[in-house]
Amino acid sequence: MNLSKLGTLLGVSHAQAGLLRESIDAAQPLVDTATAIRVTNLSKSFGDFKALDEVSLEVRPGELIALLGPSGSGKTTLLRSIAGIEVADGGHIFFGDDDVTNRPIRLRDVGFVFQHYALFEHLTVFENVAFGLTIRKRPKDEITARVRHLLAKVELSDLERRFPRELSGGQKQRVALARALAPNPRVLLLDEPFGALDARVRKGLRAWLRKLHEEVHVTSILVTHDQDEAFECADRVVVMHKGKIEQVGTRDTLTMSPASPFVREFIEAPAPDFTI
Amino acid sequence: MNHRPALAETPLARYALIGGALTFLTVFLFIPLGLVFVTAFKDGVDVYLASITEPDALAAIQLTLIVTLIAVPLNIVFGLAAAWAVTKHDFRGKGILLAVIDLPFAVSPVISGMVFILLFGASGVIGPFLADNDIKIVFALPGIVLATIFVTFPYVARELIPAMEARGREPELAALTLGATGMQAFRLVTLPNVRWALMHGIILCTARAIGEFGAVSVVSGHIRGETNTVPLHIEILYNEYQFTAAFAVATLLVFVAILTLALKSFIAWRESQRKVVA
Repeated sequence: MNLSKLGTLLGVSHAQAGLLRESIDAAQPLVDTATAIRVTNLSKSFGDFKALDEVSLEVRPGELIALLGPSGSGKTTLLRSIAGIEVADGGHIFFGDDDVTNRPIRLRDVGFVFQHYALFEHLTVFENVAFGLTIRKRPKDEITARVRHLLAKVELSDLERRFPRELSGGQKQRVALARALAPNPRVLLLDEPFGALDARVRKGLRAWLRKLHEEVHVTSILVTHDQDEAFECADRVVVMHKGKIEQVGTRDTLTMSPASPFVREFIEAPAPDFTI
Repeated sequence: MNHRPALAETPLARYALIGGALTFLTVFLFIPLGLVFVTAFKDGVDVYLASITEPDALAAIQLTLIVTLIAVPLNIVFGLAAAWAVTKHDFRGKGILLAVIDLPFAVSPVISGMVFILLFGASGVIGPFLADNDIKIVFALPGIVLATIFVTFPYVARELIPAMEARGREPELAALTLGATGMQAFRLVTLPNVRWALMHGIILCTARAIGEFGAVSVVSGHIRGETNTVPLHIEILYNEYQFTAAFAVATLLVFVAILTLALKSFIAWRESQRKVVA
């Protein structure tokens, strides 16, 4: 193979891509202003089971926090309540100063990423990402520019004509993320986004999600049961157990000064790194 | 010879099975179907054409088409609503609703027809009220339409429920978080995802609506040129020993059946193509 020729080719295309990206970036920031999320005394029961028990939580503007806990701890219910998919029995949810507690899902301006992608199978990658903008009847040029920009961000520009069934799991989840970000949501909610992927792909996507969050800077909540994922991606980690928040903090605070026996038991010390 | 796969049968058993299946199909399907056409054309093409264009036959064809054109669209709406309710929502009595959807499959069509007579007939529950107000339901078009709707109700719903269940609720929820109204989510996400299952249900529903005999026979009253559908017309001709005419009209139903099978196979083929790509 002619390596130098390949290098030249790649170099040229990279430079062009970079130039293009910069010009779009300048024209439209991905998220206008970051919004804080405030949850106060949120409760939710399913029959006799208390999924959320008077939960209160504050997420700072532009922060990425992780909800971590065993299954049944209430982390997914909390996320789905913030999205409006579940309706809480009591308590309030604020986006900034805006009380969204009783607002229907579609008017909350949330981006939601599902564990099993939930892509629209009959639409192409481009049409999937464009969905939220098409619904809002945005001008065609604007939609095209925004979708191309997001696809570049999630590194899927050359797959815009593909259908979801032609993509790998990791690619599908990146399409789902671009689709969630397209309408410029106030908050981004991710429900076990890498849960259905194999370990190797997961690891790659973690670092990538962290990097993307630093660029996009939308207030985000990530639900996971994987501690490494929580600590690697998030600014702060919220440990949940039996419908209550046990403690909020970084890996250091959670391991050095656990607030309860559960946290001490649950949070492991970082695994020693055996990779060379 | 000795390297036969563990689960394969001996050649002899294979030929016996294939032979048995072919014999069965020939005796029960191909010969009767062939006889329909042989008998229909026994007295020549002119008699065949005359049989299917005489006024009573045309009236029966017209009535069948009208009934089908009313019953099928309504059942599409009912079927979509029922499937949507059952698969996308949790509510008390869901199991009962599922059982009720299957009821027309479980009940003999004759009984379905009787129910409408008991309800709307002259001595029925609301029969006197209808008579006083000069509303005709049984032995008239409304009764035939009602009976047809009842009998063909499960086809669309039954095809849609597994298809909608397989997709789960998340695509619709995703559409809602992206700003879609419930109606938009249904139109832009749910419906396109189940379009082939829906087509399949519509075809089966139409075929059954055209061919329905039992329930319609009870409520129709067999008024010639007025309340006879194609299957009822065939029965009357047959009972009057007009075999050629009966079989001539019957060929129309055979054509409907063949067309249905062809469309069904086409849709099954389209579905398999989709899965191959996946």
